[in-house]
Amino acid sequence: MYRSGSGKPDAAVVRDALGVGVAVGLSGFAFGVTSAGSGLNLLQTCALSLLVFTGASQFALVGALAAGGNPFTAAAGAFFLGVRNAFYGLRLSQLLALPRAVRPFAAQWVIDETTAVALAQPTRRSVRIGFTVTGLSLYVLWNLTTLLGAVGAQAIGDTRAWGLDAAGPAVFLALLAPMLRTATERAVAGAAVVLGLGLLPVLPAGVPVLAAALAAPVVLFLEGRRPAAAARGVQVDAPRRADGEQGGDR
Amino acid sequence: MNVWIAIGATALGCYAVKLLGLLVPAGVLERPLVQRLAALLPVALLAALTAQQTFAEGRALVPDARAAGLAAAAVALLLRAPFLVVVAAAVVVTAGLRALTG
Repeated sequence: MYRSGSGKPDAAVVRDALGVGVAVGLSGFAFGVTSAGSGLNLLQTCALSLLVFTGASQFALVGALAAGGNPFTAAAGAFFLGVRNAFYGLRLSQLLALPRAVRPFAAQWVIDETTAVALAQPTRRSVRIGFTVTGLSLYVLWNLTTLLGAVGAQAIGDTRAWGLDAAGPAVFLALLAPMLRTATERAVAGAAVVLGLGLLPVLPAGVPVLAAALAAPVVLFLEGRRPAAAARGVQVDAPRRADGEQGGDR
Repeated sequence: MNVWIAIGATALGCYAVKLLGLLVPAGVLERPLVQRLAALLPVALLAALTAQQTFAEGRALVPDARAAGLAAAAVALLLRAPFLVVVAAAVVVTAGLRALTG
């Protein structure tokens, strides 16, 4: 884990963390505007950022509610998007080594950005600094900009005329793009698009997204039936291969 | 009321999975198949959501200016633009096209 020498200066870790925290924190503005445009009031919009605090789930929820989905279908879509945070937490808990009593407080900050910053650090000290500074700056800014966005949306009236209904899908695309590394991911994405659009006219609002999620196990199953699949860089299998490659983190 | 139910359910569920990751012993979720599925699930959900929120109007498919906005966002992503610029590109192009086409 450790780089040669004494690792990274604290100031450099703080700078990296603030860079991510500020840049992504500002995009809470887009959420505030989108949420208000979807018909949620100020209190509801702010409650989502304070209590849910995982961007994709928040956008998905307000989108599903705006489309007329029932609350549980809408919440299910948001929940399934949030499941990835459990796997971030798993990796982070090994790196952060937090006392059990602190974990319930740290949990709210276990999201894409804090994980990305923390995993990039060379020592436990810098992992902890990176996680805390990213989490704190992002949480504070995300909630502030959510409030500003929601207030601003009410002030400007018709959010569609300002093109703000395009913010949600653009956020999703920006989150999705770095995940499309291999043919498997692209196949899952393609199948999900077909399912999500194809089922839209025939299933109740919110359900087509859940049905599209089935693209993941289906593609995984089909891939598993192909003999070449094991050879094609399934990352988590790497440490088990006999070619002497040390597994490491990635 | 329905909105508050949805918010409550989402908040509880999302917090629970975050905490779960920090609390469970490492071995439980470290199985390759589980990890693989967890990595692919957001890919499927995000792809479906992107497509729906670009092309759907309620339960009908209605291509409009949002599609051009999303194309602009895709170009911005290919140019490795920062997150905010990607979102701004989509918003500006969508608004511009609507203004031009009335």
